[in-house]
Amino acid sequence: MPVNPELVGRAFPPTDPYLVGREKVREFARAVFADDPQHHDPAAAAALGYADVVAPPTFAMVVQDRTLQQLLAEPDSGIELSRVLHAEQRFRYSRPIIAGDELTAQLSVTGLRSMGGGAMVTSDAEITDAAGAHVVTATSILLVGGDE
Amino acid sequence: MTGVPVVGAVVAERTVHLSRESLVRYAGASGDFNPIHYRDDVAAAVGLPGVLAHGMLTMGLAVGTIGSWLGDTGRILEYGVRFTRPIVVDAETGADVSIVAKVGAVDDDVARIDLTVAHEGTTVLVKAQVRVRA
Repeated sequence: MPVNPELVGRAFPPTDPYLVGREKVREFARAVFADDPQHHDPAAAAALGYADVVAPPTFAMVVQDRTLQQLLAEPDSGIELSRVLHAEQRFRYSRPIIAGDELTAQLSVTGLRSMGGGAMVTSDAEITDAAGAHVVTATSILLVGGDE
Repeated sequence: MTGVPVVGAVVAERTVHLSRESLVRYAGASGDFNPIHYRDDVAAAVGLPGVLAHGMLTMGLAVGTIGSWLGDTGRILEYGVRFTRPIVVDAETGADVSIVAKVGAVDDDVARIDLTVAHEGTTVLVKAQVRVRA
């Protein structure tokens, strides 16, 4: 089944709120070798003007991943995880993610280009905080292979 | 950020050693439990040369290189990469990833930092660019 072109512009529900925990930020920071104190020590983060520890930049993927799961779960998407390659990733920040944030992501498929039997799929996750203010937009370009 | 960035200047560099433990740690921290990142049999079954580091782990550790130079990662406005080559992480010897961060361009109040990310002399991320507030 080829990738369904009708995914572009389809409305998806926002993801359930994700509460960013301090220990989760520390755990993620250790995993990506981000040793700077602002990711681990609330006092160091406070000295920079933040209410709690600051998540490393790519932590946004943890929240964006929920939108990619929505995309994969669409029964008519034509996208099978085993044929997906992550080709490109981009984040555009209004502000960093801070422990204590309650984040929601809104998925949209913004581009779909056929390539041979497969397709390049561009999807955006608009991540906003509990007040509805923009935090970061995460964009993934997935290369979906054709049938063997 | 220390001083005015000069185009071409290296602002930070490091080498990170990845082991299988690093991959399992990232899987747990990120929630990406794709078995190609920890099981040799699954990696082989789908035709890969070995167990691979998560692309998002490479992207994450690459930008971590400039953390102390920035002083505050909240200065990052945009960060993007293209994934070109996977990093095979050997069960016994692991894999080294080297990162060099250079100033690519400077505008009035925004600098572009270009990250060169390589494994065994081969570039693994292309157009790895960070736009930061000066």
